This record gives sequence, C-alpha cells and structure tokens, in this order.
Amino acid sequence: MNDQQEIPLWEVFIRPRNGLAHRHCGSLHAADATMALQAARDVYTRRGEGQSIWVVPSMQITASDPTQKGENFEAQEDKIYRHPTFYEVPDEVGHM
Amino acid sequence: MDASLHFDCLVRLADDHMILGHRLSEWCGHAPMLEEDLALPNIALDLLGQARILYDHAGKIEGKGRNEDQLAYLRLERDYRNLLLCERPIGDFGHTVLRQFYFASFMGLYWSECQNSNDQILREVAAKAIKECAYHIRHTGEWVIRLGDGTDESHQRMQNAVADLAPYVGEMFHMDETSQQGASAGLIPDVSKLAATWHAQVAPVLAEATLETIEVKPILGGRSGQHGEEMGFLLTDLQFMQRTFPNMTW
Repeated sequence: MNDQQEIPLWEVFIRPRNGLAHRHCGSLHAADATMALQAARDVYTRRGEGQSIWVVPSMQITASDPTQKGENFEAQEDKIYRHPTFYEVPDEVGHM
Repeated sequence: MDASLHFDCLVRLADDHMILGHRLSEWCGHAPMLEEDLALPNIALDLLGQARILYDHAGKIEGKGRNEDQLAYLRLERDYRNLLLCERPIGDFGHTVLRQFYFASFMGLYWSECQNSNDQILREVAAKAIKECAYHIRHTGEWVIRLGDGTDESHQRMQNAVADLAPYVGEMFHMDETSQQGASAGLIPDVSKLAATWHAQVAPVLAEATLETIEVKPILGGRSGQHGEEMGFLLTDLQFMQRTFPNMTW
C-alpha cells in the first residue's frame, strides 16, 4: 500500500442543510482538490446527507498538542459560572 | 408505433445499462482505493436503476407478461442487444474509467435528445439520467486526465486502453434498421448525428491527458446479438441466481 501513502489525505466537511454550518465528517485520500471533492461526494453523501462539501488538506490543519491537555482544558473544569445556566429564560423566548 | 419495434429499442438501451452496470459492479471490493470502491458501484447503481425502469417499461409494451427480472436474467445470449463496448472485460482501472468516460459522454448526448422522445417514460428516465450522467462524465474524465498525464506507467496503460477500446467506439453511432425506424418514429435519437459532438467533447480530454486518439474500423455485432466470447461468462455470473432459484426475490 505504499502508493496510498503518496496520495494526500483530506478532511471532509459537509453542510447538511442550508443555514447550518459545515461539520467535519471524516477524511479520505485523493490526488488533488478536484478529486477530493468527487470522492467526498461518493463516500459521504450517498444517502443525501449534504447540500455542500468542503475539503481541506489534512496537512493544513494545525492541531493542539495532546500533552498540553491539562493546561489547555482542565483549568476550565471548575469554572461552572461560565455556563449560562444561572439565567431564567422567559417563556416568550422559546427554544434556545 | 409497432410494439415490437418499441420493445426492441427499449431493450437495447436497457441492456447497455445493465451489462455495463454489471461490469462496473465487478470492481466492488477490488478497486485500487476505498474511495473508488464506493465511486464505481455508485455509478453501477445509477446504471442499474436506469435499466430497471427501461426493462419494466419494455415488458409492459411487449404485453406478454414478462417483468424486469425475466428480461434481465432469463434471456439467451443472442437475445441481449447491448453495445460490445459495454460487455468488454473491465481490464485495469484505466481501461474501466476510459470505457465509462466514452459511454457516459455518449449517453449524456443521448439522454439530452431523449427529452424530445414521444415516449413519456423515456423522457422521465432522461430527466433523471442527465444529472447522473453529468457526474459520470466529470468523474471518469478527471481520472482519464490524471492517469493519461500521470506517470510513465499510467500513461502507457491509458494509451493501451485507448487502443483496446478504439474498435468499439463506432458501434455507438451506427444506425441499423431498428435504430433507423426508432428514430423515424420519434422514439429514440438518431445516434449517427451524435458522433461529431461526442468526438468534440472527448478529444480535448484525451488531449489534456496527452493521449493519442486512434481511429479504426468499428467492430459491430452487439445490436444483432453477436457478442464476444466474454459475454457468456458474464451472463453465467449474472443469471446464476435466477436460474438456480427461479422467481426468487430479494
């Protein structure tokens, strides 16, 4: 499967309906952007999941460092006041 | 219109789609990459979907009580009237995408003309198939360009595919008595008039793929039931289930 390793990896984002954001749904191999879009269409929208597709070279994604998980995320765990759960939502506002 | 002429025209078209759909399905689980393992059967399913409607319609026109399964699975080899192009073995991946590109480019023009057919079902199939076909042309065309203008090996394989398939191009545009009568009756397009546009659409893709076009004398026979030796093996595979378990359904 050495050939496969030479084919770049792409991340696929699908927008299920108008008005919603594109969401990451997986990745695939393709030689270039055109082929990546076509492969995304074939792999991820077979059951009518999408209205729009984005593909991004996986190389272009900068990821956070797993070893910095503690300093990045754990400091938030005891700051429950940042969750807007202390407000009373008037009935007229409806679903939020 | 004469029912047997109407039937013959529909069955030819259905056979093209089912036989090629079957060939494509042979890639399922064997494609060079997962992405194509889904893409090729997707195309196959489009073709089989088109074939089903056409067989069903043909059976009703014929009026002898044959349904789509009986037409698809229970005829003898000589009764299949598909283009020889559609029954050719899959070869390598390049061979498969080039054949598909040729056929989809042809059907794109064919379905477009079918929108003027006096057969309502044919117009309805055309409306659906035009979109499916446009994608088949785009997808396979992009592969033809990348493989033709790729590595030395991929270029050579594509050039071999161009040579292998060259004798089967002409049959798409050949008019025999049935196609003459079908076209005169306003049922199906006059395929001889599609040739120039087809060549004009295919040539730039082959040029971009740095592939040399080859023109040879066409081999005919599919439309009169004279098939290549591979057809018997294909039908054995295709018909096995219905012949072993008659009238089975999924």
